[in-house]
Amino acid sequence: MNRIISPKNSQKIMETIFWASGIFTVFLLILVIGYILVNGLPVINLNFIFGQPIDNGAAGGILPFIISTIYVTFVALVVATPLGVGGAVYLAEYAGENALVKAIRFGSEILASIPSIVFGLFGFAFFVVYLDFGFSVLSGGLTLALMAMPTILRTAEVAIESVPKSYSEGSMALGASKWQTISQVILPAAVPGIITGVILGMARAVEETAAILYTVGAAIQAPVSIFDPGQPLPLHLYTLATEGISMPFAYGTAAVLVILILVITIVTNTLVDRYTKKMMGR
Amino acid sequence: MPYRLEVENLNVYFGESHILKDINININNNMVTSLIGPSGCGKSTFIRTLNRMNDTIPTFKKDGTVLLDGKDIYDPNVDVVDLRKKVGMVFQKPNPFPKSIFDNVAYGLGIHGVNDKDIISKKVEESLKAAALWDEVKDKLEMSAMGLSGGQQQRLCIARTIAVEPEVILMDEPCSALDPISTTKIEDLIHKLKNDYTIIIVTHNMQQATRVSKCTAFFLHGEIVESGLTDKLFMEPVDKRTEDYITGRFG
Repeated sequence: MNRIISPKNSQKIMETIFWASGIFTVFLLILVIGYILVNGLPVINLNFIFGQPIDNGAAGGILPFIISTIYVTFVALVVATPLGVGGAVYLAEYAGENALVKAIRFGSEILASIPSIVFGLFGFAFFVVYLDFGFSVLSGGLTLALMAMPTILRTAEVAIESVPKSYSEGSMALGASKWQTISQVILPAAVPGIITGVILGMARAVEETAAILYTVGAAIQAPVSIFDPGQPLPLHLYTLATEGISMPFAYGTAAVLVILILVITIVTNTLVDRYTKKMMGR
Repeated sequence: MPYRLEVENLNVYFGESHILKDINININNNMVTSLIGPSGCGKSTFIRTLNRMNDTIPTFKKDGTVLLDGKDIYDPNVDVVDLRKKVGMVFQKPNPFPKSIFDNVAYGLGIHGVNDKDIISKKVEESLKAAALWDEVKDKLEMSAMGLSGGQQQRLCIARTIAVEPEVILMDEPCSALDPISTTKIEDLIHKLKNDYTIIIVTHNMQQATRVSKCTAFFLHGEIVESGLTDKLFMEPVDKRTEDYITGRFG
């Protein structure tokens, strides 16, 4: 036996390394979120969340920005979800392998890796100027939809493809058409995976700053119409910090943003869990 | 009495491979027919030709005719949806949908346009009773079918098939994934169902063929070597290869 490290020891060493990387990841997460919460929580109170901003956000609250965030994200998802899921159904169930499919896959990969500021520029040129939607929730939402769509499409495609083939065989053998099978068997079984994709797409939209910098405007009041300008939280945070308006409020805004994302993620995960349990009987 | 299914000179190809060679067989009405033979001999391909499940495979080609009640099921005018309603199928591995027990059975009714809730409930109950599953599940119809045991799932799949009132039920090794007790229950069920349905069952298990079927066909390398009454085929096989197979010399 002239091995330097025995199998038993190498096993132990690797176990420790994997354990350490796991712990380190969690540590980083806690560090970042903790830092923001520690600095942000002191300014958060009911007035901060439900109040109107004073002096460009140096005082008062951030309600209009919270509303802007939710509004813009909602528009983005309403547009991106059907397109993404529709595309995924086409790719997974109808397309087979041909040039068009390769083009769609390649296109969505490229879209997913384009820097967000480029989306912002495109959104400005196309939605704000060319289509004349102006600086508005609509322009911002559509720009974010472009960004979220590839994420939703790819995740939904994987979810649909991982539905066991035996389900669709069972359905076809009963005389169901392809569309009946897709809509009544495959999609319901893929819902948890599709929702994961929508959440990932949503996270991309909620946290995005560069893509909305040139498209959504910088309004201080909450948008009502879809053509009104707004100022989502990341943009507000950016303004507060870069223009030195108020660092405590910048942290407060960041904390609200983080909490918003956490709440949405936890609520959806719970709902998806419940759905899966009901569906799979566990 | 006319035959339920008549297969004449059927040849099936997947791309270049010649899977089924000159298959000729007539299937009697309201009777169980077993298809036996070693793995890869074409039994499953054959029954999947009878409800056109092979249509989904792009390289599938066939010549010859398959007549159901005297009509060619591969005629361009035949609606595959109608055909599969008449020719139901139970798969090797139980494949209930990830839906409630009730919805699993109601699904087939829904896709064929039955919307009346009372009719659906009645039909679901009848089908579950016919599949000998009702007593075990009547108090938990809203629970997911995925929570049932393998044997219960397979009987649910049979109930789901019965619900759309087929004439023929194809069973592709329905017991191969089940324990002996569940297998006995499925076999009892097959005995009960044969009065109302024409059943074709693929099986690896020769004892099962003798227990459940009146007629048997022995497949080897894509051909039917011998077919006829089960008792005769097992007691006095005509072909040497049949004898070798049933006595366990190969397979």
